[in-house]
Amino acid sequence: MQALDELIAHVPTFAGLSEEQLKLIGGCGRNRHIGAGEMLFAEGDPADHFFLIRRGLVALEVHAPGRGPLRIETLEHGEVVGWSWLFAPYRWQLDARALEACELIEFDAACLRGKVAEDHELGYQLMSRFAANVISRLQATRFQLLDVYGKSEVTA
Amino acid sequence: MASLKSPPERERHDEPGPMVPEPFVVRSKRQDTSDTWTLELTSVADDAGLHFAPGQFTMIEAGGSGEVPISISGDPGEPDVLVHTVRSVGLATQAICKAQPGQVLGVRGPFGNSWPVELLEGRDVVVAAGGIGLAPLRPAILAMIANRERYGRLVLLYGARTASQMLYVDELERWREEGFEVHATVDSAGPEWLGHVGVVTRLIGRARLTASFAGLTCGPEIMMRLTALALADFGIDGEQLYVSTERNMQCGIGHCGHCQLGPWLLCRDGPVFDWQTLAHWLQLRDV
Repeated sequence: MQALDELIAHVPTFAGLSEEQLKLIGGCGRNRHIGAGEMLFAEGDPADHFFLIRRGLVALEVHAPGRGPLRIETLEHGEVVGWSWLFAPYRWQLDARALEACELIEFDAACLRGKVAEDHELGYQLMSRFAANVISRLQATRFQLLDVYGKSEVTA
Repeated sequence: MASLKSPPERERHDEPGPMVPEPFVVRSKRQDTSDTWTLELTSVADDAGLHFAPGQFTMIEAGGSGEVPISISGDPGEPDVLVHTVRSVGLATQAICKAQPGQVLGVRGPFGNSWPVELLEGRDVVVAAGGIGLAPLRPAILAMIANRERYGRLVLLYGARTASQMLYVDELERWREEGFEVHATVDSAGPEWLGHVGVVTRLIGRARLTASFAGLTCGPEIMMRLTALALADFGIDGEQLYVSTERNMQCGIGHCGHCQLGPWLLCRDGPVFDWQTLAHWLQLRDV
């Protein structure tokens, strides 16, 4: 069975980290199975963990009164779910739901925050990687807000 | 007194010129989405479609509501019927979409150049479509499937506004079976949709593309621009990416100048260009 640090080494978010850094991160992780329809986390809950998807599809949703869950984005294998664990006040801003059975690595946020507090180089590496994720998702969200397939689109 | 010369005999034209619409009858009609229909047409003269290359367009008019350029979305291997997928967004397209089987429409063309499907033989090809931009790409997809063994990996990335706005839903699965890796996403969705949600460029990272790929893209201009930027991150530069453009095409043969963009007349020199050639002009504001 592959150790977690080996599994995460090939994931874009963690690629390029040293073996030692991967071991530190892997040491805070555990394998987790989540069934289709189950929640990974809910808006307002403490962000005390985050996930790496090994298999399956996860939706990020906002619950709107009277409209039900509005699906904002989906994430798949190789992608990280959650960054609120890294920034105070450490609370989820969205719901995350498994759309199909998922194999995940769940990371203990308190464990990792503790290691980052002691190892600032690891903290810098994680912060720059998660910031890249945030920027990429922010740009995608801006594109989404443009509603480019609205009525002004080409006729064919 | 010099005898009066009779005026020169006028040149005879047995064939109608490219500005004369040919009557085509609507054979069938299918509603694809709330505002988009696919029409199958045949010529009144010979009950056939048109020979065309993937990416070409025709000028169509219905009921005197004006002509519009519409890309051909049929199978180039089956020219016995002319297929157009049309979104109802203005008077002319509304009239076309309202046409019923048996109604006669005016058709000119086919016009313009084509997707370089033969040039890309031997390559990996990614097709990135946004919204109704899948319609002009469908003939290229079908042409590549017809010669599947001549290509490496074939990848389709398709983004639509919602699941109900997706085109050719039945065909997407068939294309997958016939050798395309199909990735689809919608910009927004309710709980009934179990596929991807997010913009089409988010699919690029998931498709494991490399610099070995060439690309074809069609959709709103901003979508094509962001697609070009995202593909460049994977080593697919502007010379390897082909886009289909749309401007105010009117004559279809490069005479009237309405569709000029920089040094090009898109109806004649396009509508397909490599991104490198067109990027500068598409990024100019107010052009």
